[in-house]
Amino acid sequence: MDQKKKRNDRFINSVIRITGYSSILFVLLILFFLLREGLPALASTPLKTLLSVRWYPIEGYFGIIPLILGSILVTVVATLIALPFGIGAAVYLSEVAPPWIRDILKPIIEILAGIPSVVLGFIGILVFVPFIRKFLDIPTGLTAFTGAVLLGLISIPTIVSVAEDALNTVPNSYRQASLALGATRWQTIWDVTLPAAKSGVLTAVMLGIGRSMGETMAVMMVTGNAATMPVRLNSLFTPIRTMTATIASEMGEVAAGSQHYQVLFLIGIVLFLLSLVINIFASLASTKSRQRSERLLS
Amino acid sequence: MDYMRRFLVILIILILAAGCTPRSTAGETAIQQNEYIENKGSDTIVNLALAWAEKYQQVNPGVRISVTGGGSGTGITALINKTVDIANASRQIKPEELEEAKSAGLSPQEFVIARDAIAVIVNPANPVDHLTLDQLSKIYSGEINNWSEVGGEDRPIVRLSRETNSGTHVYFLESVVRKGNAEDPTIFAADTLLLPSSEGIIAEVRDNPNAIGYDGLGYITSEVKVLGISSPGQPDNFVIPSAETVTSNEYLISRNLYMYTQNQPTGAIKEYLDWIFTPEAQEIVRELGFVPVQNR
Repeated sequence: MDQKKKRNDRFINSVIRITGYSSILFVLLILFFLLREGLPALASTPLKTLLSVRWYPIEGYFGIIPLILGSILVTVVATLIALPFGIGAAVYLSEVAPPWIRDILKPIIEILAGIPSVVLGFIGILVFVPFIRKFLDIPTGLTAFTGAVLLGLISIPTIVSVAEDALNTVPNSYRQASLALGATRWQTIWDVTLPAAKSGVLTAVMLGIGRSMGETMAVMMVTGNAATMPVRLNSLFTPIRTMTATIASEMGEVAAGSQHYQVLFLIGIVLFLLSLVINIFASLASTKSRQRSERLLS
Repeated sequence: MDYMRRFLVILIILILAAGCTPRSTAGETAIQQNEYIENKGSDTIVNLALAWAEKYQQVNPGVRISVTGGGSGTGITALINKTVDIANASRQIKPEELEEAKSAGLSPQEFVIARDAIAVIVNPANPVDHLTLDQLSKIYSGEINNWSEVGGEDRPIVRLSRETNSGTHVYFLESVVRKGNAEDPTIFAADTLLLPSSEGIIAEVRDNPNAIGYDGLGYITSEVKVLGISSPGQPDNFVIPSAETVTSNEYLISRNLYMYTQNQPTGAIKEYLDWIFTPEAQEIVRELGFVPVQNR
């Protein structure tokens, strides 16, 4: 009997280990595939072409700068929109709301996270796009701003969900100690609970940013996909084209191995690097804050 | 991410489907003699050709038609190499291609199987009713940026286009933006909105009085206004696209869609081409947004 239990144990252990390692393997395989398909673009396309400001692949214009800037603009603005709402909602759910409200709101937010982005994109086209055009009196509602608002909506549930879990793991004794010292509820939230949950909240924000950066369908439907350089002050309210929308709309028709195909994979590499940079910053920030709190406690 | 996931699902379905089909066809061949038609070429026609092939195989289970895209040039090259029976092309065969075919011992036969017309559309609230080809070209290349320059209100022009991978986009580029001049390097203005679907273009034109768009005639709904277009030869003669004006060649932005066979068609290929000109097959042409042709 004991022998059998041990064997079972070992078996399950190895299964779990394999699934763990496999995730590393998959990332490496994806990276390898991306590099293999995308790096030849650097050989086939002059750097001057790649760094130009015009993207019109069927005539050999392969300037990826407007696409990179378009993605960054939309992601940054989406994060600025999602951050206050996401963190605020998480704090409300975890620190302020009475339990029965939390029991209603939490599942609703989780349902929100599950709405397919194409559905949100459709709502965006029918509701947001005409509204933003009329409200701001701009030539068209298919703009970077529309995309950013939608992306904000898409990433808020992710941020709320993860940040709320992080706040919940803060021991109750922290809050009680703070309140006992005479701090107000707000002071407790701002100076004690949030800093204590910092690494988890930061992870939530990074996941939200990642979600915005990688989102494709909704962005493709509402940003207009015009590969302009978003460098003027009003660029937020003009159409832009993101990297993800470009890959999604052009990859289907392109001949495998052609120059256009390689450049699309190169864009994929750029996306990969950008999310890598975000992740590195996130883990740096969270380890740094952990080290600091460990120092304080010791 | 979502796109990739969808792609994977489709891929898996295709793999499963591919796993199933050969067995059933093998069963069929055992029962009856199978005729096999290879059909390849223009991406503009590929959906139409697929719909025809599907319908025809329902009516005639003994015939199998394989349809692939790749472009008009690819199709005609394959025809010359005798690897396909019918080539689809959204342009006429070039003289040098014809020479090549003749030296390969073929005499390609041409069939106009449908016509394709592109309507230029604006919001119903826009007072502009018509444009010359020159004005249209200047609007899309970014030279004209305000409706007041073409007789409308003082509003910015929002240019809408299909994505660059669509055959309609390429045709519009060649015949309108470049006005049919192949040497012309003009391209769409950088701030042209590239929308992924016909529905996206119709929706934006319907809502936005600043917008101008174009799309295949069959996709146009009554919620948008179709502009009359005049040719450079007769700048005052504005023609609204319709089945009649397209058939009579009065409407400028329209073209023939072709099928080419290696020689005078015989047997199953001839029967298939004959069927294509029946009202039943031409109804599919209308459903897919092209303009039907009467007879050969």
